[in-house]
Amino acid sequence: MKIIICIKQVPDTSEVRINPETNTLIREGVPGIINPYDMHAIEAGLQIKDKAGGTVTALTMGPPQAETALREAISMGVDEGVLLTDRAFAGSDTWATAYTLAKAIEHLGADIIICGKQAIDGDTAQVGPELAEFLDIPHIAYVRNIDDIKEDRIIVQRLMDDGFDVIESSLPVLFTVVRELNIPRMPSLKGKMAAKKAAIKKLTASDINADENDLGLKGSPTQVRNIFAPEAKKDRRILEGTAEQKVEVLVNELMRLKCL
Amino acid sequence: MFIRIDRDKCTGCESCVESCPYGAIVMAEGRAEINELCQFCKACLSVCPEGAISEIAEASDIKEKEQASGVWIFAEQRNGKIPGVSFELLGAGRRLAEELGTQLSAVLFGSDETKAGELIKWGADRVYHCDDERLNVFNDEPYSKMLSALIREHKPEIVLAGATPIGRSFIPRVAASLRTGLTADCTSLEIDRETKNLLQIRPAFGGNIMATILCPHTRPQMATVRPRVMKAGIYDETRKGEIVKVNTDNLRARTTVLKTVKEVSEVAINLQEANIIVSGGRGTGGEKGFKLLYELAEVLGGAVGASRAAVDEGWIPYRHQVGQTGKTVSPKIYIACGISGAVQHLVGMQSSDIIIAINKNPEAPIFNIANYAIVGDLFEVVPMLIRKIKEVKTI
Amino acid sequence: MDYFLSEEQSMIRDLARQIAEEKIVPVRAELDETGEFPWDIMKVLAQSDLFGLFIPEEYGGLGKGCLELCLAVEELSTACLGVSTTYAANALGTYPILLFGDDDQKKKYLPDIAAGKRLVAFGLTEANAGSDAGGIQTTAKIEGNEFVLNGTKQWITNGGEAEIYTIIAITDRSKGPRGASAFVVEKGTPGFSFGKKENKMGIRASSTTELIFDNCRIPKENIIGKEGMGFIVAMKTLDNSRTGVGAQGVGVAQGAFEEAVRFAKQRIQFGHPVITFQAIQHMLADMATSIEAARALVYAVARFIDSGAKDVSKESAISKLYATDVAMKVTTDAVQIMGGSGYMKEYPVEKMMRDAKILQIYEGTNQIQRNVIGQALIKEFAKKK
Repeated sequence: MKIIICIKQVPDTSEVRINPETNTLIREGVPGIINPYDMHAIEAGLQIKDKAGGTVTALTMGPPQAETALREAISMGVDEGVLLTDRAFAGSDTWATAYTLAKAIEHLGADIIICGKQAIDGDTAQVGPELAEFLDIPHIAYVRNIDDIKEDRIIVQRLMDDGFDVIESSLPVLFTVVRELNIPRMPSLKGKMAAKKAAIKKLTASDINADENDLGLKGSPTQVRNIFAPEAKKDRRILEGTAEQKVEVLVNELMRLKCL
Repeated sequence: MFIRIDRDKCTGCESCVESCPYGAIVMAEGRAEINELCQFCKACLSVCPEGAISEIAEASDIKEKEQASGVWIFAEQRNGKIPGVSFELLGAGRRLAEELGTQLSAVLFGSDETKAGELIKWGADRVYHCDDERLNVFNDEPYSKMLSALIREHKPEIVLAGATPIGRSFIPRVAASLRTGLTADCTSLEIDRETKNLLQIRPAFGGNIMATILCPHTRPQMATVRPRVMKAGIYDETRKGEIVKVNTDNLRARTTVLKTVKEVSEVAINLQEANIIVSGGRGTGGEKGFKLLYELAEVLGGAVGASRAAVDEGWIPYRHQVGQTGKTVSPKIYIACGISGAVQHLVGMQSSDIIIAINKNPEAPIFNIANYAIVGDLFEVVPMLIRKIKEVKTI
Repeated sequence: MDYFLSEEQSMIRDLARQIAEEKIVPVRAELDETGEFPWDIMKVLAQSDLFGLFIPEEYGGLGKGCLELCLAVEELSTACLGVSTTYAANALGTYPILLFGDDDQKKKYLPDIAAGKRLVAFGLTEANAGSDAGGIQTTAKIEGNEFVLNGTKQWITNGGEAEIYTIIAITDRSKGPRGASAFVVEKGTPGFSFGKKENKMGIRASSTTELIFDNCRIPKENIIGKEGMGFIVAMKTLDNSRTGVGAQGVGVAQGAFEEAVRFAKQRIQFGHPVITFQAIQHMLADMATSIEAARALVYAVARFIDSGAKDVSKESAISKLYATDVAMKVTTDAVQIMGGSGYMKEYPVEKMMRDAKILQIYEGTNQIQRNVIGQALIKEFAKKK
């Protein structure tokens, strides 16, 4: 069983703040971590390997610094790390990211591909299903339990708004995982030592035989036009006085609006 | 398009370095340089005092743009029922279609003709309906194959879907196969008057700031929209429209839905249906703070919500979470206690009718969207509020 | 301060710290309240290879020494001494096999211990043999190919939870100090049972029980070392493990100190954070100084042991004595700085103070440590004349 986990390095906090004066984001010294949902994907991959055998590869696309995320994955027990890095990948939206990952996975080969349900910096949840489409394999999003796994098929539970669906799929398959699925393991010392020594395989655009028109900004159908802070409400009323008075006014207002 | 820094103009002042939300500007030999982390958000353009940073546009192919017309929404159904988000999509779609002077169509897979008729009454001019019963249960591959084929055939310029487990799961496959852009979880959709492009507005960076996304060169422009963010269309019993039957050939699926299990959390229902929500954030300080909020919710007959921060701290279970990664709610009254108001939270509750914010910090962004702002300690204000409401109620 | 740890040593410290912060801190209050044995955390430690730290590579371990073990114990102790005691007692119970076991015994037990599959306990103390090990009454009589054990061990850490027990018992009382021997006894052996779990003041997550031997028959080959070496096995074991208790002291003191500093920065009195008051600053300064001195001492002794030094009794006693007295003082002062809050269970320092007390008592009370040091001094100066 060849298992590939797609991971992403994201800023350590999702609570990046905005500098109110310059209207820009403050990200000073925020270190990169593995996207928390991807940690569950790694754990899922390792558990499948423990049960069914095979190898687990962590794959990420990013700048050279993203290598640390791969080493962290190796310290948890992942067998190898593959870094997709090339200036040509810069500015990729979800479409171009999924395309690039797909070309890399075609190059590497895989029976099972696991992604976190979304990345906490973008929250789009698009790359997984798009990647499956590019690879022309089935996918199952929001997997919350793996019921059974065999040589050529897998049965999982997909989390829905009103419960869950039990889904069987042939292999190869891609699935994205939610936090309920498992508790990611801690790294091990042997893993950490292996991670330190591990040779990270690096792939560039030419290695994966990608069409440069489909890469990076050039290959991205969407563009960010601008970013902005949300504006203030116009009918805002700041209640004045002592706490007692403020509460008094509020309760009267609520009564006037027939909310009480 | 890409961003360029003119090395001759750059004085090495580093003001652009801090402005970059992606940390993509680095100093090299005393000059600023843009590396591969750049996401082309253009935050740096206005920052440079020397005007050394500029964007360079590339020519694009607009053939496919001119051919495309019409606004489509994907109306999902589960167990034959159409959820509210589909009517909200019709509301948003109607507005966009009118602005573009084009038609609004809905796509319905599974379910029956009465439901297709409902979509017309809610604002659709046309419904592409495929009533093959194999489509009654959601399955990614047949859904994405069918929708992709329909879009290829009819070439709409805009396709919207709900940012629900169904929409978020299969719509990306459609976008991938059509080689077009898809923007997730939009909270607002506008038409650019000049270019007629769809402006897709969504929270970015874990929901700390808003971004406007464009899909300028390819069609259709695709977006998912969170439930309860847009206003539903106007229901008109008499509205007439056309129902177009769609054939199903070649429904290939490598996944099989073995069964669907209902497992409804009461809190989820309570939260999304509550008229009043009392919500707590990091400022509640812990379970003790939430006890107060439960008390307030009880006297008001409301439900209790929470911000991501409070849930991450383990003070309250995830099912109470309101925000981009939690539930979206729009109650009559939303009382935010000790919530600073990261955009990630705001997008989940800003369509509430009345927002009351209680926070110690007068600078907290939650006050920007509040109708009533109380700067104060929630441990002082909330007990007082509980007492006052009890008094009023006994009169 | 930089102790010039190697890259691997830093790695061990960082991993133990991560486990302490992510896995132990969130549950320590509950473990303290319920006295539940921390199996979940033991599983994490096992998966992280920490049980194999000091076990040679040929037996599935990482082949590290006393310093590495101390680094792990220290970090775990910053979060919870109950958990770190469970972990450290496992090492204590393993030393007799590691130091004196034959190859068969090592092959049989060490790989499972290194993998964290089976937990170990050390059984020396009895009702009448605490500080005075000579008072041991548990006997082991040879009968054919078996030893028959009778007697009761008291206050045995990991009792009931461990699967492997290293036991000191009298094989021939007439031989005095040469009359004791060490044995391996496995849980489940007929005639071997456990008393009730003790209800303790602190380290409540750790398990403490009696070990009851009632005509418990074990194979002859379960003897560790030669017959009559029991006290030597016990002494060498304690010489090796004592510094680990010192590391526990450094850890719990550090944990309490950090809580106190954090609190002192937040707590406002007379319009200022209390950390701005000299009375508090001086207490914190003394705490920081003694912790750093204790740490330097513990690391230095651990390195001395790892250098292969033959007699480490005095040095290991010095490190245990000093670091655990520091732990008691610092945790008490942390409660004092935090005042009423420190005394309440909402904050962890009252637990740390209760926990710290055991460090001055177990693995030889600090009075016994002074005896060990005193005896060593007499010997040293006798040679010098």
